[in-house]
Amino acid sequence: MSSTSNSSCVGVRVAKTAIALLAGLALGACNPSELSREEITKAASLTLAALPPVPPDPTNRVADEPRAAAFGATLFFDPALSINGEVSCGTCHKIERQFQDDLPRGHAIGITDRRTMPLAGVAYNSWQFWDGRRDSLWAQAITPLEDIREHGGNRLFYVRLIAGRYRDRYERLFGPLPDLTGLPAHAGPLGTLAEKAAWDAIPAKRQTAINTAFANIGKAIAAFERTLLPAETRFDRHVAALLAGAEPSGDAVFSDLEREGLKMFIGSAGCLDCHNGPLLTDGQFHNTGVPADPANPRDRGRAAAVRQVISDPFNCLGDYSDGSEADCAELQFMVPTGEELERAFKTPSLRGVADRAPFMHAGQILTLEGVVDHYNRAPSAPAGLSELQPLKLTDRGRAALIAFLRTLGP
Amino acid sequence: MKHPLGRYAVFATIAVVVVIGWLVMADRHTPPEGADLSRSKASVGGAYEVSIEPEAEPVRQGPLHTWLASVRLSDGTPAANVRIDVDGGMPAHGHGLPTAPKASHEGDGVYRIEGVRFNMGGLWELRLSIDGPAGEDEVVFNIEL
Repeated sequence: MSSTSNSSCVGVRVAKTAIALLAGLALGACNPSELSREEITKAASLTLAALPPVPPDPTNRVADEPRAAAFGATLFFDPALSINGEVSCGTCHKIERQFQDDLPRGHAIGITDRRTMPLAGVAYNSWQFWDGRRDSLWAQAITPLEDIREHGGNRLFYVRLIAGRYRDRYERLFGPLPDLTGLPAHAGPLGTLAEKAAWDAIPAKRQTAINTAFANIGKAIAAFERTLLPAETRFDRHVAALLAGAEPSGDAVFSDLEREGLKMFIGSAGCLDCHNGPLLTDGQFHNTGVPADPANPRDRGRAAAVRQVISDPFNCLGDYSDGSEADCAELQFMVPTGEELERAFKTPSLRGVADRAPFMHAGQILTLEGVVDHYNRAPSAPAGLSELQPLKLTDRGRAALIAFLRTLGP
Repeated sequence: MKHPLGRYAVFATIAVVVVIGWLVMADRHTPPEGADLSRSKASVGGAYEVSIEPEAEPVRQGPLHTWLASVRLSDGTPAANVRIDVDGGMPAHGHGLPTAPKASHEGDGVYRIEGVRFNMGGLWELRLSIDGPAGEDEVVFNIEL
């Protein structure tokens, strides 16, 4: 009798222990806000802690010179660098607004074709602009200077401006400015008919000297832009705590909804396909079926940019680059043609995204909710083929993704 | 009177079902089965034996990197003068490679394939179209990231 009772006791204890273990496992698996080790690892790959140092730019010999960055900051905010004296880089890249302007398309002298991009972490990009039509930060920086809708000036005008306003600071970095004696006030290969004619009349050697000085303006501005780095977000703090095996505290605590959103972001919603790495972008070009902008309906994105970057005299392989051919792998191995380039635009970083409406390359979608709905529906592209598949989100899933995207800010 | 274990047995059964369900769900995240991940194989038509390896392990998502491809004729001699066109992509996503890699002969039938980038996690294909003394043939490697 006693032996039966004993074995029954042991049996109950074993069963209780087994149930406790299994229940523990089951709870761990079913709690929607619990992250698995694998999920924590994936999430950690998106945090600032995983961000490597800013990659070197061998095409810009002053890229990491503090004096160049300081000079570049002056140039970036100086409205004298425009034909009407009213537009600086900072006009659209507003320092207090993540270096963007909250508008669907940039407003300078005129209105541009695309949304002003924020600049945090811009030095990590292999390709600049939404379509990657420039392959370095310095080649990007000088492009708006000559665009009639942006700064509206011309090459000779800018070099004259530097000579009159910043000669010392320029020459300490780059050596003597070219001699502009006898040259007109305005000349440039991309300007008005008169400016183009004036440019064509300048001997090639002097053109090259002007181009060099013009490129150097870009190199100083790029040195400044290389210092613009992303700031820590609630998401970074949350994942840092999880990684350390600690309970997140303060604003690093995520609600159940935010954690569900994070799990979807790194899992079922497939966001990581393009929004990966610590800047939450792969830096590449994708057609995501974004509706056409009525103001510029035939925008082909990357498909039209490839020829522009190849023919840009300021590209990595050009005469004004300080690097060698070996530094130009991105340009040399770029995809030159194909259906996939049609209406493909660069994946934007999602850091600070919730505070940066309107969204997409021409501000076509006004709210974060609208963005998630776009990915949920995955409409056909106006041209080319969208890479998206409908997400089939539940209302809760939609709310969770939106809640998570809001954690990617301070 | 019911056996004292009876109640626990019911709970245990429920727990076991939950755990099995959980394991099945977890399995969905493992790589697709059946993908041939071998890095050494004969070309489709059998004209060449090809081995590939990345210049540096592990292959990381994002940066440009280089692969080395060793190409031999079916009798084992190095294929020194072949032209290799590199293509590929992600079959499950229906897109190609984000770059246009190029192959150049290093010597002794070994070719450097430069400019490869895998910008997403998942199963990628690297397709080498080979044109040389044994004719035109193709070999496809699967790479899991």
